[in-house]
Amino acid sequence: MMTAGRLQQALSAALLAAAIGTPFMSAQAATINIHNGADPTSLDPHKLSGDWENRIAGDIFEGLVTEDPAAQPIAAQASAWTVSDDGLVYTFTLREGIQWSDGEPVTASDFVFALQRLMNPQTAAIYAYLQYPIKNAQAINTGELSDLNELGVKALDDRTLEITLERPTPYFIGALTHYTAYPLPQHVMAAVGEDWVKIDNIVTNGPYKPVDWVPGSHVTTVRHDGYYDAANVQIDGATFYVLEDESAALKRYRAGEFDVLTEFPTDQYEWMLENLPGQVQVAPFAGLYYYVINHNKPPFDKVDVRKALSMAINREVIGPQILGTGELPAYSWVPPGMANYDQPYMVDWKDMPYTEKLAEASRLLDGAGFNSSNPLKLQLRYNTNENHKRIAVAIAAMWKPLGVDVELYNTETKVHYDELQRGVLDVARAGWLADYNDADNFLNLLKSTVEHNYGRYNSPEFDSLLDQANASTNVQQRAQLLHAAEKKAMGDAAAIPIYYYLARNVVSPRVKGFVNNAFDIHRTRWLQLVD
Amino acid sequence: MLTYALRRLLTTIPVLWVAITACFFILRLAPGGPFDGERPLPDAIRQNLAAHYNLDRSLVEQYLIYLGKLLKGDLGPSFINQDFTVVEQLMIGLPYTLTVGGTAFLLSIVAGISAGILGYMYRNSFPDYLLGIVVLTGLVLPNFLLAPIFQLIFGLKLEWLPVGGWGGGAAVNIVLPVVVLALPHVARISRLTRASMIEVMHSHYIRTARSRGLSKASIIWRHALKPTLTPVVSYLGPAAGFLLTGSLVVETIFGLPGIGRYFINAALNRDYGMVLGTVIFYMILIVVLNLVVDVLYAWLDPRVRST
Amino acid sequence: MIFRSSRLAAVEASLAGGSPPLPGRSQLQDALARLVRNKGAMVSLAMLCLLIVLAIAGPWFIPHNYEDPDWSAFRSPPSLADGHWFGTDQNGRDLLARTLFGTRVSLLVALIATLVSVVIGVTYGAFAGYVGGRADQAMMRFVDVMYALPSILFVILLMVIFGRNVFLLFAAIGALEWLTMARIVRGQTLSIKQREFIEAARAAGLGTGAIVFRHIVPNLLGPVVIYATLTIPEVVVVESFLSYLGFGIQEPLTSLGTLIAEGTNVLEVLPWLLWFPAAFLILLLLSLLFIGDGLRDAFDPRERG
Repeated sequence: MMTAGRLQQALSAALLAAAIGTPFMSAQAATINIHNGADPTSLDPHKLSGDWENRIAGDIFEGLVTEDPAAQPIAAQASAWTVSDDGLVYTFTLREGIQWSDGEPVTASDFVFALQRLMNPQTAAIYAYLQYPIKNAQAINTGELSDLNELGVKALDDRTLEITLERPTPYFIGALTHYTAYPLPQHVMAAVGEDWVKIDNIVTNGPYKPVDWVPGSHVTTVRHDGYYDAANVQIDGATFYVLEDESAALKRYRAGEFDVLTEFPTDQYEWMLENLPGQVQVAPFAGLYYYVINHNKPPFDKVDVRKALSMAINREVIGPQILGTGELPAYSWVPPGMANYDQPYMVDWKDMPYTEKLAEASRLLDGAGFNSSNPLKLQLRYNTNENHKRIAVAIAAMWKPLGVDVELYNTETKVHYDELQRGVLDVARAGWLADYNDADNFLNLLKSTVEHNYGRYNSPEFDSLLDQANASTNVQQRAQLLHAAEKKAMGDAAAIPIYYYLARNVVSPRVKGFVNNAFDIHRTRWLQLVD
Repeated sequence: MLTYALRRLLTTIPVLWVAITACFFILRLAPGGPFDGERPLPDAIRQNLAAHYNLDRSLVEQYLIYLGKLLKGDLGPSFINQDFTVVEQLMIGLPYTLTVGGTAFLLSIVAGISAGILGYMYRNSFPDYLLGIVVLTGLVLPNFLLAPIFQLIFGLKLEWLPVGGWGGGAAVNIVLPVVVLALPHVARISRLTRASMIEVMHSHYIRTARSRGLSKASIIWRHALKPTLTPVVSYLGPAAGFLLTGSLVVETIFGLPGIGRYFINAALNRDYGMVLGTVIFYMILIVVLNLVVDVLYAWLDPRVRST
Repeated sequence: MIFRSSRLAAVEASLAGGSPPLPGRSQLQDALARLVRNKGAMVSLAMLCLLIVLAIAGPWFIPHNYEDPDWSAFRSPPSLADGHWFGTDQNGRDLLARTLFGTRVSLLVALIATLVSVVIGVTYGAFAGYVGGRADQAMMRFVDVMYALPSILFVILLMVIFGRNVFLLFAAIGALEWLTMARIVRGQTLSIKQREFIEAARAAGLGTGAIVFRHIVPNLLGPVVIYATLTIPEVVVVESFLSYLGFGIQEPLTSLGTLIAEGTNVLEVLPWLLWFPAAFLILLLLSLLFIGDGLRDAFDPRERG
């Protein structure tokens, strides 16, 4: 009896230990493996430019505002803010008790310091222009003003930050979620200088902090316990893997080595729908895939030629057939669903049957003097990528019946964009993903003074509509002006929209809380792991 | 021997200098710069970046700055991984590359020579043909095809091995990369060994040994092996260079943090400092390996030693 | 230097094992007779001829061309019914047509690149060997230096600078492969130049160029042919590697290497896009390898297993 009782006791003790131990153990193991594509350039938010870098930076740093699970801006390091009536002065109150991962408090002056460093030409921050709405930002960044203190960012006290803008900017709060607006640990940089970003020195203020970085392999983060919302952060750490081969990434996902894929080979889509049910996440993405046409080179300076080329593209085939993931055909310049902007302007021939579009295109080209006996010769440029290639091949074949003789010209990305910026092109592939949630971000691509207006579309009317819109303080009126600008550009066939981007992720059933959104931003803080 | 080795190393310095100079200027002829990409940069930002990295100076000035730093062992910054210098990146990547490349190298030698000798002993019979087929597969299938097929079979279907990743250096993680990397060299070395062995076994002294009634195995092991390996050794220098640096495909597909990836990626990204760094690293590696091969050669073939 | 030195060095090592005697007329006949007796080599030769005929004439006999999409058949598997015997790709293009066309391009790449390497390598090696002395040493030292350079990097830089030109691609690959040829030729030349007929030519007052091209080069036929045969598969492999890196031939043209690099990504979902071009590549490479081996055995009279 004694022995049996003892055994029972021992057993129940063991069970109890297991019961206590289990949550502890699973909490230990709750780390997520994320396939992150390319190698991050840096952990310094001022040196970044890619979405794969944003995934890491946004987990380890946090701005005044941050993205919620649906990528909408919500209060973060700032708990509240007020905007002056003229829309020019924003006053932020920092959250109480926010701290860096070394325990130092995050203060308003950390934000002032960071934004001044961002605009300092010597920092050479790639994305500095995103914060140009701030007063004097552009002047400082371009070297016109040398005094960093002229920047419209002031610390009124440790917990109050005042930002003054050049002009009212309806999307400014959204822009503040961006990594260019993160605070930086001034105290660490004062101690170790530019080495602050080394993995042994770096101090961050986000829900996670980086602990390991092997270039070409991975960045690992662990939970930052001093983070104000740490109690609600469910996942204990994340590893972001470098792997640019998407097919290999999918294989590793299938073997359970990754929990999230941030891109997948489109050819496998059908297969995944069947074999990985419910795990493929495909959602509209605020981005446009388009072709630019050189407005300075005859005959592409003629609107009829450009319009004919645009009309002859059978967009309905591209998403479902050529790419296989069902990207939606683009007949407007601004993707649907941008904030403060109703429905984008769709070209008036959108709903014509394809055969009629083709006939009309043929008529337009004929009018411009081109037909099968006098073919229009053009060079179609695209940068090295399986999907760009496929689309170019398909579009060349769609233009062929019009008697257009296409030379496909593929270069690697660096050469492609170098030549586009110098205006060396007939027709060329380009794409744009929204930086912030506003139609202006897309329309700006066609402004005559902008570097990335590769086709050199130059319409004073369009430019002035955009300028008027951005000077306007009335949201309604601004939207109407932008809409008029879009109509003007599409009527001129300024460029050829092809499809709206899709965000493509694969998410393991272990991961909960993943919400598809138009900016494809999914902070680890909002996710949970279940077993 | 030591002075010979030193002299060999010293004579590479001018060669290295020519290569660096050529590479430096050719690289700058290439259109596109390190900061061109999907996101076009406003001119102001472009100028800031150029000033930050001295790219706004004249080419000659940049070249002199580079050489000056090089003499101090500083290969400059990398544009792609800005938190690490070129030297740091090469140092971080080297152990991975050496582990995978070195293991593949040993495997190529051991498996290649064994397969070659077996092929000779069973020549023109079933084992020889079987080996021949395996060897030819290694020769004709490009590694970018072999790697995903192995991942599918051994990683996903059989679940014997991880599909990719370094896995903290676990042995199972490097099996597939090593095999993919080694296979073509196993093939070449075994062909080389087999052909060389046939030749050696027909030579006079082996016939003499055979006429003295020594067993076949002992003839091969004691007398034929060393001369057989002479042509094999002269293949090892370039092969080792290939294994250590040509692991680009393997590293990309298996997601390993070695330096093979930098060879092409740095050029594609216009990461000027990194390209030059890899060129320097590669050339030093080749020179050292050739030196090692020379020494081995002298040991295997006494005739070379006297000259 | 990704692929260059590896295989070349293997061959060089075996050729360096001894200098094959110069093939006189009767020796040439002997060699050919030996080659004809080599079953593997003859089967391979037949296979190679078949592939060449298919690549050149095939495209005229099939109902589809290599560039026009069939809008009703995207990604369709091989089928006899709809006329796409090898299936179609993601752009609805007929894979049979593309494979045949790709074989044509790959053969052309191999041929031109090998020619370039032979021309440079033979000229360079023969002059170095014949002139001898310091010039020889300097020229061979230069070859050593070139060996130590990561040449694939230079090929890529060239392609980046001059754009994606097919002929440049051929020339660049050829320029990658001439070094070993030069070494072999130089070695052979050293022994040829000791012979009487060279003395005679010199006594007759012929210039260096004339002696090299009229008397030395023709006598190098054996080793050059052997080595060139072994260079061809090497070039095909390098071409496919460049395609994998995205430096292949411009669309809508294609090559076996490009087709395979594309097919690899879809090997589970659209397997025909990989297996058909891969089969062509493997057959092509194997037949070239066997022919090369056969030639080497035939020209080298020492008995081989």
